[in-house]
Amino acid sequence: MADLSLDRPLPVAPSGYRSSGWWGLATVIATEAALFVFLIFAYAYLGSQSATPWPPGGAPALRLAGPNTVVLLASSLAAWWGQKGIERGRRGQLVLGLAIALVLGAVFAGVQGLEWAAKPHGPSDSAYLSLYFTITGVHLAHVAVGLAVLLALLVWAALGEFTAARHEHVGVGLLYWHFVDAVWLVVFTTFYLTPRMGIF
Amino acid sequence: MVDRALDPAVVLERRQLAQTWETPRTVVGWLSSVDHKEIGKRYLVTAFVFLLLGGVEALILRLQLARPNEAVLSPEAYDQIFTLHGVTMIFLYALPVLSGFSNYLWPLLLGSRDMAFPRLNAFSYWTFLGAGVFIYASVFMGQAPNAGWFDYVPLAGREHDPGLNIDVYALGIVFLGVSTTVGAINFVVTLLRTRAPGMSINRMPILVWGTITASVANLFAVPALTAACLLLWLDRQFGMHFYDIAGGGQPLLWQHLFWFFGHPWVYALVLPAMGIVSDALPTFCRRPLVGYTAVALATVATMVIGFGVWVHHMFAVGMPPLAMSFFGAASMVIAIPSAVSVFAWIATIWTGRPVWTTAFLYFAGFILLFVIGGVSGFMTAAVPLDWQLTDTYFVVAHLHYVLLGINVFPVIGGLYYWFPKMTGRLMDERLGKWSFWTAFIGFNVAFFPMHVAGLMGMPRRIYTYPAGMGWGGPNLITSVGSFVFAAGVLLTVWNVIRSRTRGAPAGANPWDAPTLEWSVASPPPAYNFARLPIVASRHPLWEDRLGEGTGRSVLDSDIRLTEGRETLATTPLDAEADAILRMPGDTPIPLLLGLALTVLFFALLWKGWWLAGAALVVSALLTAAWLRPSRRAPREESARG
Repeated sequence: MADLSLDRPLPVAPSGYRSSGWWGLATVIATEAALFVFLIFAYAYLGSQSATPWPPGGAPALRLAGPNTVVLLASSLAAWWGQKGIERGRRGQLVLGLAIALVLGAVFAGVQGLEWAAKPHGPSDSAYLSLYFTITGVHLAHVAVGLAVLLALLVWAALGEFTAARHEHVGVGLLYWHFVDAVWLVVFTTFYLTPRMGIF
Repeated sequence: MVDRALDPAVVLERRQLAQTWETPRTVVGWLSSVDHKEIGKRYLVTAFVFLLLGGVEALILRLQLARPNEAVLSPEAYDQIFTLHGVTMIFLYALPVLSGFSNYLWPLLLGSRDMAFPRLNAFSYWTFLGAGVFIYASVFMGQAPNAGWFDYVPLAGREHDPGLNIDVYALGIVFLGVSTTVGAINFVVTLLRTRAPGMSINRMPILVWGTITASVANLFAVPALTAACLLLWLDRQFGMHFYDIAGGGQPLLWQHLFWFFGHPWVYALVLPAMGIVSDALPTFCRRPLVGYTAVALATVATMVIGFGVWVHHMFAVGMPPLAMSFFGAASMVIAIPSAVSVFAWIATIWTGRPVWTTAFLYFAGFILLFVIGGVSGFMTAAVPLDWQLTDTYFVVAHLHYVLLGINVFPVIGGLYYWFPKMTGRLMDERLGKWSFWTAFIGFNVAFFPMHVAGLMGMPRRIYTYPAGMGWGGPNLITSVGSFVFAAGVLLTVWNVIRSRTRGAPAGANPWDAPTLEWSVASPPPAYNFARLPIVASRHPLWEDRLGEGTGRSVLDSDIRLTEGRETLATTPLDAEADAILRMPGDTPIPLLLGLALTVLFFALLWKGWWLAGAALVVSALLTAAWLRPSRRAPREESARG
């Protein structure tokens, strides 16, 4: 019977998968992932219906986007390392991890800006470029939100808000950052790798 | 149940709980409330205001169409009014009204003190209101959306529609999507985490099944519309090329994205309403619902299949025969789970002892309308017939039978059923029966002749028609019926206003209903349950007469949770006690964030980038204040008092 388990003490304001925030973010990720699925669908649909070669002018260069992908993944790694720290009560490790993640994330956004600026044409020049700027732009918007989350966590960590027993926000916030990175891998695969594999 | 209300210790305990949970009766308190019951009522009232606005628009349209060559409206005004009618009814009435019921009822049905995210709940209401205001502000600018509720390109493209009309649509829908999405998140997590101990998923009311199914669907369907509207706005305002052929875009991309959202959304608009019927109808039949498991599974199956049939809105665009056969067949298959529910309701009435209350009449009337709407839907799933009927009044008749039949009739029935719980007073039955028969007869007189007009070839969306086509007769009957139907709805509105102060006192359980919400006072106290219930069956209040289950539910358990706003968290499937959740107090932040987003969307509409940037910064700061970590350390304690 369900009521038997009530006799043992229960955690109050729990963290991890027992917290409401964790479940809430899991559903946010589900719906945001669906948004990207539909944007990628738009890319695939317009690509499949295109009368001219797709992408126009061949696959985009990997010179900037390749290393930039590594930068973003490293940022997730740094954040994860910081989270491991606070779980053992090491606040300094959390602050350092978050700071590195924040810097690497900002570098990613900056390089993405360089790549935009290097494009000879703008988003209104063709359907392909509309897709490119919109989808990478929506991802960049997610990066911006993620950076704001990292910044808030960093400030709170520096103020001593998190301890080994109380760090629910760190786990939930970083889950979002890992999601932003994972989505980039999908966007990167779509725009940079699939044309090289002969798809579209 | 032992009445312990007179025990001084219990009186003290309840007074403390009330102090913890009640919202101060001030303006600031009212604006800051995160009580799910308060928010649910706001949703209901606001959605009904939009229902009346959309209804007035419909009546104006029916005046214009009552006779051939009528000139009540200019073509431009007609376009705006019929679009606004569709947008209002679909987006601002049909789903929000169901959110209203679910917000009000869920914690009471589930044996919890609140939703999983009370502040998010308030935020979803304020954004719903903000989006409604945003869309209706366009009326005062003379620039209401004007390309139909599905807003097809290229008609909705900049070339054919250069004003702000369609930008209001695109941005307004994205804005409203925020509200729908956070609402869906709240329902999903509430279901997974805050059910009473013992309420395993096979003991949940069907209304909960309906809303959870619709909410999960919203998580995956709403982004399709958000993407579609975002791309449309970019096309229109920044010269991009998603939908125009000249730049390499495809108008059909809009239709795919729109209907990938639109079809599942139809079920999101009806499944919670069907849940209302599945839960409330058996009460009036004096027996449990026939085939609970089948109905619950049919609810989920309807939605799963519903994601695979969007193309049936596009049979006329020219597609390979195999694709049309597949989607035609899938559309017919969806009739099976719907039929399961219909047969379950009929069997419940047949084998029960129906009490002919107003609510029962609305539910029984709904079953008839649902069957008619279902059959005309089945007809249009046949591709050759669809080609004949596409864009005629037949489709308009079908969608009104489905959407009004399945949404409005159960909603009004649900209102008669739960009004006593919400207000402590009964609605007037005599007035209620008048309202039902007026609405039911008016509805059929209004919408049945539309089938005929459609079969006679009358296209939809035309603002007038010449004499001598044979369409005058059915249209006149439709117009007369629409006013009769409106009178029926107004009788209900009048009944609500009157009964709020003059209705007979209801008591805790006026209908002798079986579910948890009827175990508390009417209206319920701010904390819902002084002591959290432990559930042992589907019908906690009927256990003595049904003898189902192995144990007995405990409605007055010793689970107290009086240390601040707290409620119990249970495991997702079996509902075993898992943790104690600290719930947030009242705060104006959700309202302020809703205001900031409203400013943001107006700034985007007028391209005021500095204002938009400022609104974003304010939103970020408000969000940080909202999510600021608590300094109180987690601890362990026993939930028993």
